[in-house]
Amino acid sequence: MWREPWGGRLSSPPVPGAKARTAGLRGACGSAKKTRCIMDRECSQLLPSVCAVLADSRQLVADDTFLEKFLDWFKTLTETESSLLLLQENPCLTELITCVLKLKDPSSSTLSFILRLTGIFAASESCFQYLQQRELLISLFGEVGPLSSALWEEASVRSGWVQGVHSMVQHQSALHFLCSCGAIEVIFTLQGDPSLFVASAANQLLVHMLTFSLQSFQTKPENIKDCDWPICAQKLIVHIEESLKSNSASRIKQSLKLLTSVFGCCHDLWTEVLWSRLSEPIVYLLEEEPVHAGHSLVDLFLSMARSPVFSCPECSLWTSVTCALEHLNPAQVGRLAVGVLKLQECPQAVKIQALSVLLQPMDCVLKAASQPLEYPGLLNRSVNDSATVETLLSCRSSCASLLCQTLTHLEELQYLTCLPVDLPHIPLLQSVVTILQFCIGLATPASCLGNKISRILIGCFRVQRSALDILGALSHWESPSVFIGSVFDILLAYLKSPDTSPTVLKKSFQATLKWLVSLSEAPSSKDHWQQTEQFLQDLFLVLQKRLCSPYWEVRDSALEFLTLLVKHLREKEGFRQVLFSSEVPKLTEDLLEDPESYVRASAVTAMGQLSFLTHLISKKPGVENGNVKEKSIVAQLKEILSTDSEGFPRRAVISVFIDWLREGHPDVLKDTEQFVSSVLQAVNSDLDWEVKAGGLELAEVFSAQLLGRLGLAACPYAAVLSSATRSTHLSESLQIFCQVKLFEFLFGALCDCDRPVAQKACDILIALKAELCDESSLKEGTSAGLSTEARGIAWLEETLRRWSSCAKPCPRGDADEAGSQDPNGVLLVLRTVDLEGLHRSLNRSSDHIEKSPQSLLQDILATVGTLEENEADCY
Amino acid sequence: MKLYCLSGHPTLPCNVLKFKSTTIMLDCGLDMTSTLNFLPLPLVQSPRLSKLPGWVLKDGNTFLDKELKECSGHVFVDSVPEFCLPETELLDLSTVDVILISNYHCMMALPYITEYTGFTGTVYATEPTVQIGRLLMEELVNFIERVPKAQSASLWKNKEVQRLLPAPLKDAVEVSTWRRCYTMPEVNSALSKIQLVGYSQKIELFGAVQVTPLSSGYALGSSNWIIQSHYEKVSYVSGSSLLTTHPQAMDQASLKNSDVLILTGLTQIPTANPDGMVGEFCSNLAMTVRNGGNVLVPCYPSGVIYDLLECLYQYIDSAGLSNVPFYFISPVANSSLEFSQIFAEWLCHNKQTKVYLPEPPFPHAELIQTNKLKHYPSIHGDFSNDFKQPCVVFTGHPSLRFGDVVHFMELWGKSSLNTVIFTEPDFSYLEALAPYQPLAMKCVYCPIDTRLNFIQVSKLLKEVQPLHVVCPEQYTQPPPTQSHRTDLMIDCQPPAMSYRRAEVLTLPFKRRYEKIEIMPELADSLVPLEIKPGISLATVSAVLHTKDNKHVLQPPPKPAQPPASKKRKRVSDDAPECKPLKPLLSGSIPMDQFVQTLEKHGFSDVKVEDTAKGHIVLLQEAETLIQIEEDSTHIICDNDETLRVKLRDLVLKFLQKF
Repeated sequence: MWREPWGGRLSSPPVPGAKARTAGLRGACGSAKKTRCIMDRECSQLLPSVCAVLADSRQLVADDTFLEKFLDWFKTLTETESSLLLLQENPCLTELITCVLKLKDPSSSTLSFILRLTGIFAASESCFQYLQQRELLISLFGEVGPLSSALWEEASVRSGWVQGVHSMVQHQSALHFLCSCGAIEVIFTLQGDPSLFVASAANQLLVHMLTFSLQSFQTKPENIKDCDWPICAQKLIVHIEESLKSNSASRIKQSLKLLTSVFGCCHDLWTEVLWSRLSEPIVYLLEEEPVHAGHSLVDLFLSMARSPVFSCPECSLWTSVTCALEHLNPAQVGRLAVGVLKLQECPQAVKIQALSVLLQPMDCVLKAASQPLEYPGLLNRSVNDSATVETLLSCRSSCASLLCQTLTHLEELQYLTCLPVDLPHIPLLQSVVTILQFCIGLATPASCLGNKISRILIGCFRVQRSALDILGALSHWESPSVFIGSVFDILLAYLKSPDTSPTVLKKSFQATLKWLVSLSEAPSSKDHWQQTEQFLQDLFLVLQKRLCSPYWEVRDSALEFLTLLVKHLREKEGFRQVLFSSEVPKLTEDLLEDPESYVRASAVTAMGQLSFLTHLISKKPGVENGNVKEKSIVAQLKEILSTDSEGFPRRAVISVFIDWLREGHPDVLKDTEQFVSSVLQAVNSDLDWEVKAGGLELAEVFSAQLLGRLGLAACPYAAVLSSATRSTHLSESLQIFCQVKLFEFLFGALCDCDRPVAQKACDILIALKAELCDESSLKEGTSAGLSTEARGIAWLEETLRRWSSCAKPCPRGDADEAGSQDPNGVLLVLRTVDLEGLHRSLNRSSDHIEKSPQSLLQDILATVGTLEENEADCY
Repeated sequence: MKLYCLSGHPTLPCNVLKFKSTTIMLDCGLDMTSTLNFLPLPLVQSPRLSKLPGWVLKDGNTFLDKELKECSGHVFVDSVPEFCLPETELLDLSTVDVILISNYHCMMALPYITEYTGFTGTVYATEPTVQIGRLLMEELVNFIERVPKAQSASLWKNKEVQRLLPAPLKDAVEVSTWRRCYTMPEVNSALSKIQLVGYSQKIELFGAVQVTPLSSGYALGSSNWIIQSHYEKVSYVSGSSLLTTHPQAMDQASLKNSDVLILTGLTQIPTANPDGMVGEFCSNLAMTVRNGGNVLVPCYPSGVIYDLLECLYQYIDSAGLSNVPFYFISPVANSSLEFSQIFAEWLCHNKQTKVYLPEPPFPHAELIQTNKLKHYPSIHGDFSNDFKQPCVVFTGHPSLRFGDVVHFMELWGKSSLNTVIFTEPDFSYLEALAPYQPLAMKCVYCPIDTRLNFIQVSKLLKEVQPLHVVCPEQYTQPPPTQSHRTDLMIDCQPPAMSYRRAEVLTLPFKRRYEKIEIMPELADSLVPLEIKPGISLATVSAVLHTKDNKHVLQPPPKPAQPPASKKRKRVSDDAPECKPLKPLLSGSIPMDQFVQTLEKHGFSDVKVEDTAKGHIVLLQEAETLIQIEEDSTHIICDNDETLRVKLRDLVLKFLQKF
């Protein structure tokens, strides 16, 4: 789909038991059991049956997510309890391992599970010894175990083996065991496993083994060759070295990947020793023609460059990085260049070279479209062989991807807070404009390469999008008028062109917005105003046409752009003049009735912004019926809120109303209470949870504003009111809340079946309770004989039911009667209901009960039971 | 094989192909851009046009002021509009055997060819092409005949006078051949010579070639043509489209393996994407109507208008234009709208399936039913009673020189609220608007041309892989106004051959084979000899009989049985003829073995030299030379016939005889 408005904000699943929450209103506090991570008695009792099920090859556990959950539980258990004790207290676990080992034909999932489970236990050294004594480890991880069985063909078994070993390697004994039983060679083989998951896990395991075995080497040994590194580490390093020197591309890639992870996760001094040993074969890889494994080398250098161990400018790493910047293919090297430029600690010369690498394709494009000496170009001297870049640019398959990558990398640089090198932003801007011109056939090629680029780029949306992105990012630089002119020209060309695709159009709008905002904020904005004003006039003509487009995506993008434009530039008098002399405001209002709901929603948001301006404009003579029109807009939006069949426009209306209330929209200020009351009433009957959440936010803003206005808000800098004044203000605010039927709305939302709505309502009520039900009011209430005990639960239920029925929309005229809330009654309800308890219960996820280990064990047993039943049914 | 190019207009072609013994005219388009030099023909007396000042020469001479009028700096001929005909002098058009029509826009010059040149052949076209072509001709004749103009200007055509005129009149080509519009009887007579054909139907022309129309996807019934003999194939691609609009999709596969592909009728506006233009059209229409203005769409009565109405059908409700009336004014409006609904078999798949539901294939039926679209033969009569503003009017002619559109230009031109939207790409909108200047109404140019663009052509050529491409010269270079757009030209290997008006091209293609049939009894008598596995040869003696471009080998006539008494004489007379034929030889001589054989037969001093064409064997002692080449062997010896025969026999040992 072209866009995903409100992406991901789907309705939340209903909370099981909105009814239960109503029960909570009566004072019941949620008493669900705490999630347990310990082996309690119930679990110990269930465990033998579960183990028996798992050990029985006839009883397959249908859902293997149970096994995953089971493992997760044991992982947590072993982190908090003694693994050895666990095994000793629950002998069924050891029996389970033994049983599975004895099975002639275990299922692959069970075997994989046992391997991982055993690994988790063996992570504890004492437990390791315990299992070792029973020869379970050698049977599982040694050559005689699954390794030699037919099940080894199953990727899940190999994966379980690797994960088991990974868990186990937490102590030296495990390393010795692995070295002695030949497991390391198995892991080396698994690096090239056909299953990517297994291969990746094996690689990670080797990384873990290497870093674990060397973690004690914090100081630099005098002599690398004679150093007393553990055997395991030595084996690994020899393996890596051999792989790097081999001619096998896949082995080289595996080793580079391994090293990337090692240097990425470990910043100990021994990594420097490791590099000094391996740098030679790695540099040799760079000198090959063509360079294989370019991407892996880039990953390695980036990972190393980020490590403090190699940050010293004299480090040999930088020589290799320089070599890589020179030798790697321009399509691969961009990522390294941008990574280098982002580094804090890096020799300046390398940074300059990295920037040159990124600028080279742009330089080629600029030169391809301009006569010699017309522009100085982007580079003082060419660092790399420009012929390679030119070849890539003149080929249809590589041109667009090289340019897209380069543009994206250069855009990333624009967002760096501090660019370490001087960026020639004007030539860069020219080259971006040139690319955009090429893409719509406006650039005149000046060379053979230019002709080729022109033919390739015309109509290339990918490059158009990337170029527009960076064009927008370049707006933060101060540019001379002539270049601003060329930017405006190219933007208008894209905005006007009927061939501009909806996605490119959206990018054009974004870039336009960035330039207009930057220019309006720049110190020299007055100098450019005339130019900007002319552009705005042309822009509104285009916008007018786009708002009438037959494609809804285009109308929608245009409205979104208009909204943002007004939001950012509304303070500019000149902007307002140009806007209101165009047809755009009228067309926007027409789009409130668009058949497409997304467009209506965007029109609502745009009108929300425009209405701030119509007020400003209406104060001036010559603008007709400003007030009348504004009123009609409020009425129109309210109508959309209560009648529109789609959720998007209604959500947009409530957002606009929140903004209006927050920012003090003149029309809202006229009668805020009436406004809030009518909106809450409309929202109360809405079935869309987002609209309701919006209504709650409106209520929150309103209540905070009112309490703040009366000096009741908990603000540390507010003047302290006398208790008498405070009491008066409290009762005044309570009165107003009752008038707008705020509590009816909030308690209604508290019982809503959508959890986010109920949560928010609960939060607001708790905040209000804190403000309104302070000690003094409590005393007052008690003295007035309004205690809960006095009124009873029946009264509470009756009150809430009455509020609930009152909150529903009622015919005009009945509102006063329905809203007859008793402020004292409200206080009493607030005090009576256990809001904090409800808050806790709402914060729990809906499946908190199902997550307990006991439930998991019962589920495993139940599943097996069901399977048996089904089996019986079959006969 | 020759191609005579009678038209310089790439989208209104008229070419004649001489192929084998046939003369085939490919399309006969009428270039109507000449009418832009004339003043519009108003339906109602226009004070503005009638008051235009006569044009005066720089020296004050006024002899042309009756013929030429000046309007906003432009000079127009005040006369009945005239059209630029295809070239008639390049070859005798009475020799044309057939005319193949590819679409209804490319047949507008048909009456001039069939009625004035002595043409006696047949015209081939599909049914929708003929029916809609008739409507276009009817409309054209009607537009011109209903506004009779007494004056006919001819002075300005004098070459000496023309030289003195301002551009573009000065540069107009072949003005002396410009002709007035034909009449309805001429149209009827021309159309009566048309024979209807269906897609993929094979039509034999004199047994020499076969022609087949293929769907071209551009308009209802539009076709490309295959012209083929047994061993040669020429494809004629004219006005094709790969976009999914209303007509049946283009048949590309049948164009494969052509020796020559003649490519005409590409999009006239390669930089305008039809989808984008439809969007522009809708946006501008909506903006104008929302502001209370009227929209005028000058158009042909058939073609893109169907797609525009379909697009508006979907758009008007969403744009809040449900209450705005749409008028379609043309003498053939009703027929056009109705014809479109009955040619189901010529429509795209989606529309065809609608017919089985049953539903009308085009939604304009619903627009008419709900009174949103109303159609009228002219502005007179019912239309004047129903006319409500603001409204949208579709009417002709797109040149703005005749038809009801002239009235609306005069009526609405003064208000900036109104908009004229040009959707037909055949005329320059600026030139079309020139006699209406100064003009307050807004002008929007949204040319919608669904024909192939250069990217599509490039893909098509890669797909069908013709040996040679022939096209108008305009397609072999970037457009003059965008000389840097090298993507807007045909790029193929070998480079396309280009043609221009009045040029004769010899197509780069030689006929190498001809199909000949052998009578069964003759075939029976053949005794093939296998010279290598799979290849057998036989000698044939027969009589070649050629009739209707078909060649047949018949057994030679048996000599009449002579009387017995003359037997002796016959023998002596026929003796030379009865001499057994020398066998034909084939094969090659392996040099090593040949030298060994020579040595075996006593030639001791044998030397072999390699030459460019073969070998020379030198027998030095015998002072003899054997020259062995691919297709000949010469034995050069000094008058020693015995030696020659001996050597000949040795050579023959290595060759096969049959």
